[in-house]
Amino acid sequence: MTVELRLNGKEIRDEVAPERLLLDYLREDHGLTGAKRSCEVQVCGTCTVLVDGLPVSSCCTIVADVDGRDVLTIEGLADLPEFERFERAFVDHAALQCGFCTGGMLLTIKSLLDGDELTNVGEIRRCLAGNICRCTGYRGIVEAVAELAGVVA
Amino acid sequence: MTVVERPRLAHVGRPVARRDAGEKLRGQAQFVGDLVLRRMLQGKVLRSPLAHARVVSIDTRAAEEMPGVACVLTGADTADLDPYWGHAIKDRPIVAIDRVRFAGEPVAAVAAEDEATATAAVNAIEVEYEELPVVGTVDDAIAPDATLLHEGPVRPGLFHGLGELPPRDGNVCYRYAIGRGEPESHFARAELVVEGEYTFPAVYQYAMETHTVVAHVERDELTVWSTCQHPFLVRAELADLFAVPLANVRLIVPYLGGGFGSKSYTKMEPLTVALARKARRPVRIQNTVDESMVTTRRHGMNCRMRTAMTGDGRLLAREVDCWFDTGAYADNGPRVTATGGDAAPGPYRWDAYRVDARCVYTNTSPAGSYRAFGATHLQWIGESQIDELARRAGLDPLDVRRENLCRPGEELRAGGKPLDADLVGDVEQVAAVIGWGEPKREHVGRGVSVGLLAAGAHPVSTAIVRLEADGQVTVLVGTTEVGQGPRTAFAQIAAEELGVDVERVTVRGADTRFTPYDRSTGASRSTTIAGLAVQRAAIHVREQLEGIAGHAGLDAATYPDLFRQHFGLAGGELIGRGGVAPTGSGSYAEGPVFWEVCVGAAEVELEPETGMVHVRRTATAADVGRAINPQLVERQDEGATLQGLGNALFEEMVFEDGLLLNDSLLEYRVPSFEDLPDEMTCVIVENEDGPGPYGAKGCGEGALAAIPAAVVNALADAGVPMNELPLTPERVWRRIQTLKEEGTWPR
Repeated sequence: MTVELRLNGKEIRDEVAPERLLLDYLREDHGLTGAKRSCEVQVCGTCTVLVDGLPVSSCCTIVADVDGRDVLTIEGLADLPEFERFERAFVDHAALQCGFCTGGMLLTIKSLLDGDELTNVGEIRRCLAGNICRCTGYRGIVEAVAELAGVVA
Repeated sequence: MTVVERPRLAHVGRPVARRDAGEKLRGQAQFVGDLVLRRMLQGKVLRSPLAHARVVSIDTRAAEEMPGVACVLTGADTADLDPYWGHAIKDRPIVAIDRVRFAGEPVAAVAAEDEATATAAVNAIEVEYEELPVVGTVDDAIAPDATLLHEGPVRPGLFHGLGELPPRDGNVCYRYAIGRGEPESHFARAELVVEGEYTFPAVYQYAMETHTVVAHVERDELTVWSTCQHPFLVRAELADLFAVPLANVRLIVPYLGGGFGSKSYTKMEPLTVALARKARRPVRIQNTVDESMVTTRRHGMNCRMRTAMTGDGRLLAREVDCWFDTGAYADNGPRVTATGGDAAPGPYRWDAYRVDARCVYTNTSPAGSYRAFGATHLQWIGESQIDELARRAGLDPLDVRRENLCRPGEELRAGGKPLDADLVGDVEQVAAVIGWGEPKREHVGRGVSVGLLAAGAHPVSTAIVRLEADGQVTVLVGTTEVGQGPRTAFAQIAAEELGVDVERVTVRGADTRFTPYDRSTGASRSTTIAGLAVQRAAIHVREQLEGIAGHAGLDAATYPDLFRQHFGLAGGELIGRGGVAPTGSGSYAEGPVFWEVCVGAAEVELEPETGMVHVRRTATAADVGRAINPQLVERQDEGATLQGLGNALFEEMVFEDGLLLNDSLLEYRVPSFEDLPDEMTCVIVENEDGPGPYGAKGCGEGALAAIPAAVVNALADAGVPMNELPLTPERVWRRIQTLKEEGTWPR
């Protein structure tokens, strides 16, 4: 089938199999390997991409379902002007270790910041619970996000 | 108080930004699963659905005839090899031969043009099994009439490090016994004795990146990209298995998406290489999470322990018997067992102790390394007995530790390394952080715990430092970047010794064709041992520069001139070599390289109506000698703290008759943001008493052993002593009901 979508700001038209997973499509057809496969049951969040600004597990989404929509991956976020703020906060607070979860984490954070949903640290912890990080112990990420959201850590 | 005179350091000891942050934040960091080779096939593994069975027949014809299938591998394809591997004990075939010993064991593997075809072909393979009795638990395994999982002579692996292996003893895979004096006489006359039986669950490491291997075999040359922590040990095992020289095997390790021990030693590499060898094309095998769960895990363990103390608080004796469930194959079970045995007495001054630790084969998935293995298993048990003795004696648990903990320089184990840390100072600091001694409200408890982990593994590492004519520095070292930050720490060390900016130093991943030998990345050894090799290599370069200049005290700005002076043109390169090798025989018996400190404290609040345990405060001591990068040290302890909370409170692999019941992240829960304690503190202790560069010693594991013990002690302080982990609400609630029946709740 034919799909048309906006991928990282570019209009794309592709032929895909109807059952093609968004994660495979991004990684294999477009070389966007920043989205990672892990749990495959929408628990870990490492495959997260934004669809029309909202976080979605690309391992459990078919490409057909993003037809006509706007998809942002970590590579696309890295090209946006606001990325510099994200980078500075994550570097300053050492909010990453192995980096496997980091792309999905940043996209979820962007979506939450865009929606002004992070008003205190409790909200940060609750809203990010769909993204697992096994390395950092989360504290650095909470600190970085608190700084980005302008709340007291 | 002693004032330590420190040399002024420009880069070491500072929170330098991670060198890999830019790549990782942008989604550009390359992991094995991101690699695409020309003509690469996708491999899929057919795994046994049964825990124990004879393989009567395998029919692969339908699978082989499917379009897009390159080949199907079975045990018959390994007939030209000695196909048994295992770094500790060679007990494991590349792919099942006549028999399967755990549910999930590879029975066959398919290489196909794409993953969907490979999966379809795997499903088309027909296997006839004849079920065998399932040895599902340690108790089943050590029963007198137990079915034996392995027979014939024990074949030592290349890296067992266990001295002389005794002959096979039923289903006991390995036994480690240590002791001093005669505990029996002390128990007979001690005023206070605590004893109990305890169980620790099997746990999944959950490195978010699953085991992934890409292999390419050309003639007798093997090229392997792998998610492995120990490329040089995997190289050696592959060379041994496929009967080729070491130099013909090339292991390449890019960034790893977490490891925590799950990627230590050899895992999926032999199967992937065998499949690529048959396919004559590159093959990738990428595990799913349920496959990685049965590839390796933490050992479940049963333990019987008793401890004796005088009425006024002097510890006398301890006896420990424990049985680790190593699953169907040894993996790292023997080392886990020995490390657990070493951790069992705890760092106390005993008149006598006896430890008898065994690991036992069962028909469950193989168990190996997971961060702070052995110590995590035993510390919560020993430390809960210390607290119970203190309670019975009416003493402050902290005072009992002050009285009985070994002091720096004291012998811990006969012939082993004496204590190289100030444990009393460490535990006093963490206790203070959680408000020890302050009033607390009902159902709030506080606990501390102290332990040691034999760390460093085998002290063999080498490094090469290259200084280019433009002043750029490249560090070649076989250490793998699992997220713990060696590339950053090594860059700081090289920058320090060469007087250049950290940004000028590049540390790349392991590639055994170019990076020199590093024993392994684990056992908290990299900063201490590989870091020392890097420091020596950098000093070697500096000495060459000083030789050219004719004096010491060089400014990095002069390096280009020195190059021109030496090489006669703006080219050339200075190469520094650094190495670390063991003194003495280098055996574990003389070790460890250092004792990693496992000291922590916790404050919990119990909800008696539900059994919920809420963690209010945690503190850990990162007794690192010298923090090369204090920010990364803190983050290591915080990560270990969260894993420790998972181990303590809810993580558990549930097996029934050998079958894993909770094989997805939906049913196996790992800590999320919501499991953060209200306050989490890491106290960095820098006494410059480590054997590494600038007095450093390793960290990052100790907190994982310390935290479950501290939580168990805090919960006991709140009135609920537990002898079983994890502390799920149901278990805690049931225990409270038992205490009510006994008339000891509320206390």
